[in-house]
Amino acid sequence: MNRFPVEIIISNKPQARDPEGETIARDLVHKEGFHAVKDVRTGKLLAISIEAEDEESARKLAIKMCNDLRLYNPVAHSISVRVEHQI
Amino acid sequence: MRIAVVQFPGSNCDRDTVHVLSNVLGLDARLIWHRDFEDDSFDAAVLPGGFSFGDHLRAGAIAAHSVAMRTIRKMADQRKPILGICNGFQILIEAGLLPGALLRNSCLRFVCKWTTLQVENPDTPFTCALEKNSKVRMPIAHNEGRFFADAKSLNSLRDSGQIIMRYSNENPTGTTEEIVSVSNWNRNVVGMMPHPERASSPLLGGDDGLKVFKSMMEWTP
Repeated sequence: MNRFPVEIIISNKPQARDPEGETIARDLVHKEGFHAVKDVRTGKLLAISIEAEDEESARKLAIKMCNDLRLYNPVAHSISVRVEHQI
Repeated sequence: MRIAVVQFPGSNCDRDTVHVLSNVLGLDARLIWHRDFEDDSFDAAVLPGGFSFGDHLRAGAIAAHSVAMRTIRKMADQRKPILGICNGFQILIEAGLLPGALLRNSCLRFVCKWTTLQVENPDTPFTCALEKNSKVRMPIAHNEGRFFADAKSLNSLRDSGQIIMRYSNENPTGTTEEIVSVSNWNRNVVGMMPHPERASSPLLGGDDGLKVFKSMMEWTP
């Protein structure tokens, strides 16, 4: 078994406004002149490590956990799962 | 009438709710620790407000997996009245017993104030003592009260009478269509962001909240 670092990012779907991201964009990023930055969205990061045979099974387990434990509310959030190379 | 008030680590106004139910309304209300709540023979249950499990991950997300929620689910299936107040509402949503999501207030602040609400649907165990479109005053105190559902779900909630209360002429949290209270399809499970137990005596500034609990006493399915 190998150990894979996995990052799960939970953020609001595009339809669900993200007032924190909007504030960062408006009152910091744009105000200070970074006009090329068009959009700021915030989210929550879960950095975990998973013991698995390979990257694909680590990813599958992470997604299963997110769905089974409802780590995100599918009504309003989307998740992105990134598996790094094994440690 | 025997009512369970479920206490999670971080609950608040749980004792206030028991006080109102037992001392003001004369009901048999019991405060029950969430891990010990396995008896589904109660006539109704209330999930109080607060910050269960420190709001970690997301308000209500951890409490939604408590053993207490299995009992709540059984009672909900038996069509018994279940009320979620504030964090209780968030827990019911996270447990999938109520539709939608409750996101961070659009002002990015914890909002604590008295509000005026309009009753949209009096046909529930928690609003039947109120008239449709009547106004009631109750305080809110929360950081995540911005109700969210996509356009299609909102339409179906409207059509099926699951929108129970809205803010009247105000929207302190930026919630979608001023929604502050929704129910499940059967309308026996209701969640509301305002605190009726904090509006249950003229001494506290108003007693409109009593009507929410009196509805439960008058309710005949």
